[in-house]
Amino acid sequence: MSYELLQQIWFVLIAVLWIGYFVLEGFDFGVGILLRTLGTNEAERRTLLTTLGPLWDGNEVWVLTAGGATFAAFPEWYATLFSGFYLPLMLILVALILRGVAFEYRSKHGDPVWRKRWDLAIIVGSFLPALLWGVAFGNIVRGVEFAEKSATGGFLYAGGLLPLLNPFGLLAGLVTLTLFMTHGAIFVSLKTDGDLRYRARDLAVKIGLVAAVLAVVFLLWAQLAYSDKVWTWAPVLLAAVCWLAALYMVRAGREGWAFVLSALTLALAVVALFGMLFPNVMPSLDRSLGGLTIYNASSTETTLKIMSLVALVMVPIVLVYQSWTYWVFRKRLTAAQIPSPEAGILDGVH
Amino acid sequence: MGGVSLTPQEGEHVSALDLARWQFGITTVYHFLFVPITLGTSFLVAIMQTMWVRTGNDAWLRLTKFFGKLFLINFAMGVVTGIVQEFQFGMNWSEYSRFVGDIFGAPLAVEALLAFFLESTFLGMWIFGWDRLPKKVHLASIWLASIGTTLSAYFILAANAFMQHPVGFHVNPVTQRAEMDDFIQVLTQNTAVIAYLHTMTSAFLVSGTLVAAVSAFLVMRNNDNAVLGKTLRMGAVVALVAGLGVAITGDIDSKIMVNQQPMKMAAAEAEYETERGADFSLLTIGTLDGEETTFELKIPKLLSFLATGDFNGEVKGINDLEQEYTAKYASTGLKGSDFSPTIPVAYWTFRLMIGLGFLAILWALWMLWATRGGRTPKGKFAYKSAMWITLAPLLGLSSGWMFTELGRQPWIVFGQMTTASAVSPTVTSFDVIVSMVIFTVLYGVLAVIEVGLLLKTIKQGLPAANDVKVVEGNQPLTFAY
Repeated sequence: MSYELLQQIWFVLIAVLWIGYFVLEGFDFGVGILLRTLGTNEAERRTLLTTLGPLWDGNEVWVLTAGGATFAAFPEWYATLFSGFYLPLMLILVALILRGVAFEYRSKHGDPVWRKRWDLAIIVGSFLPALLWGVAFGNIVRGVEFAEKSATGGFLYAGGLLPLLNPFGLLAGLVTLTLFMTHGAIFVSLKTDGDLRYRARDLAVKIGLVAAVLAVVFLLWAQLAYSDKVWTWAPVLLAAVCWLAALYMVRAGREGWAFVLSALTLALAVVALFGMLFPNVMPSLDRSLGGLTIYNASSTETTLKIMSLVALVMVPIVLVYQSWTYWVFRKRLTAAQIPSPEAGILDGVH
Repeated sequence: MGGVSLTPQEGEHVSALDLARWQFGITTVYHFLFVPITLGTSFLVAIMQTMWVRTGNDAWLRLTKFFGKLFLINFAMGVVTGIVQEFQFGMNWSEYSRFVGDIFGAPLAVEALLAFFLESTFLGMWIFGWDRLPKKVHLASIWLASIGTTLSAYFILAANAFMQHPVGFHVNPVTQRAEMDDFIQVLTQNTAVIAYLHTMTSAFLVSGTLVAAVSAFLVMRNNDNAVLGKTLRMGAVVALVAGLGVAITGDIDSKIMVNQQPMKMAAAEAEYETERGADFSLLTIGTLDGEETTFELKIPKLLSFLATGDFNGEVKGINDLEQEYTAKYASTGLKGSDFSPTIPVAYWTFRLMIGLGFLAILWALWMLWATRGGRTPKGKFAYKSAMWITLAPLLGLSSGWMFTELGRQPWIVFGQMTTASAVSPTVTSFDVIVSMVIFTVLYGVLAVIEVGLLLKTIKQGLPAANDVKVVEGNQPLTFAY
């Protein structure tokens, strides 16, 4: 296998990891944001959180793997991206910390103030990453302005936070935010029953239509302004079709199909964006100035070969057992199944 | 050997470097307070549940649920603070990431694929699967999660071992990047293996002490050792056996370290002059600058024995090593005392590590004696000791890591790259101040909440036998978020 092919395979694999992450944690961000919108009382809120309970941590590992794999396969990309997008990334990390702890600690006490505070942590902790991952990806596709090279010849992004908040980047953020919220609402309609299920359906359609408008504008803008490839029209158009089909299905009460279709939409959007980027991984805003590509940012052939072997063995195994957990917890949950929702496990201990 | 060195050009970068080091120290030491408890307690809970499945004795089920609750409160903190670890190499140490990415990134990626998925997925199954899974499958899920945690430890320690003793690579003269020659060697070098064994035995010392201490506290408070007496002895035995393992692996580790990083050992002993038959310093009152010492308690020739296995073996001193390094690593632009770490920090963290570890071992021994033949430990001192003892091995382990990492300075990768040249050139002091303040405040608040929940869970004590009944396909759920 040639070195070039290995570099291309790893570009595809990184895209796959982000697809996994957006499809999976995308819905738990959505459920988190809508925690108090859909969950009108304690029983409903705890039903929503319990649908995520066994799944969210496994979902989050996808982003750790994407980070680790980028470090291993494209160290220059890892170094430039994460040091360059320092403050937004820090906000994402703080958000992920808050919501993770909130999931685990929230039901320990019944005190409404305690619960309200953790709800806030879950809502903000889900909202920020849902928005900021979009802003980050929008800016990667758009390109950044590099400063001079580092002492060892690495590309340095020195723009700080403000240049990332351009219209294209912000639109990308709103797109991921609304897509994830819809995806989350569809998940709730699939995993719960009764009143909650029907409200989730309605909300999915409403937010989904807003998302549709934003996403179509964004993808067309990206395709016209930042793509040098004709074939990326295909995932852009397919994504639009899948999304509308997802909204139709959720309205028709076919939640399983709706979820598959909204997952497919997210996957196609990532395919479109990575397709537009290829072979760049972090281009200059002015494309003629070059930037990081899979060829100048990658590890050596030796490392890519080793990592390919590991991925070839491990990724299928992970997919099998993670799918199995989704199968085990496939049943719909209802608020009636939550034992004394207002009570906390540690109530009455002083 | 070529070293990459970037002399800071602006005053700002110097303080950005210090801030980045503080932030890495704060976030990493904090993260590693939760990790050893996870590494050991996951297996201890798995053993308790195995006892229940094999004997059918509900006492073990109640213990599994009780220690499982404590384990999960701790695990949540370990997970969320671990996310920062995956990204902060790139955020604050981008030049380091560029230099070692070809080697260092691989174990991190493998760790995520092999270990993180395993532990998080199966722990989710375990928490929510009590009434959904067949008994044995549910038991298997806690074992798989535990195996995930220990695999994770191995890969991250192999990555760290590369920083202590880089092997299996060469530096590409054109790109100035380290490139992988032999991944197997990176994963299996003696530095990695011994660090893993030393860390795992330490984690079991911490966790054994934790389980024994919590049990002892409740046994004494309720004057009832019918159920918690089991875990009191179990924890004490684990702590004792693990403590022995810590001592043995620590001894082997120190011999490897003398060979690979002699400066670290010299700094641990504040040993300025090279000598044969060197004494082991127990305590010093003085400045540790090699000039005046008010008082020092020593054991004759023990240092030579610990370092070389021979009471008259030669131990190199700081002064000679500084000269040697100045010549050897001239390309870094460093000289003389630049090559030695902060001696009092190395000296005292080394002593705290050993002292606090021994304290835990002695306590475990005492508890075994106090519980012989079904007795209950008695007295105010025993009661107080149970409340506080877990901090000893935990802080001892922290001290050991501070010694390992601070003792390696000024290197980030020993002999290859200095910490000063590894920092992100584009991240300003303002950026790091913002993130450091936010992380520190957040971590502080979460620590207070976490400890509060742990204490309340402990005070609540064992769940009643009726509350832990497992009914498959139960409605309503036995556990919900």
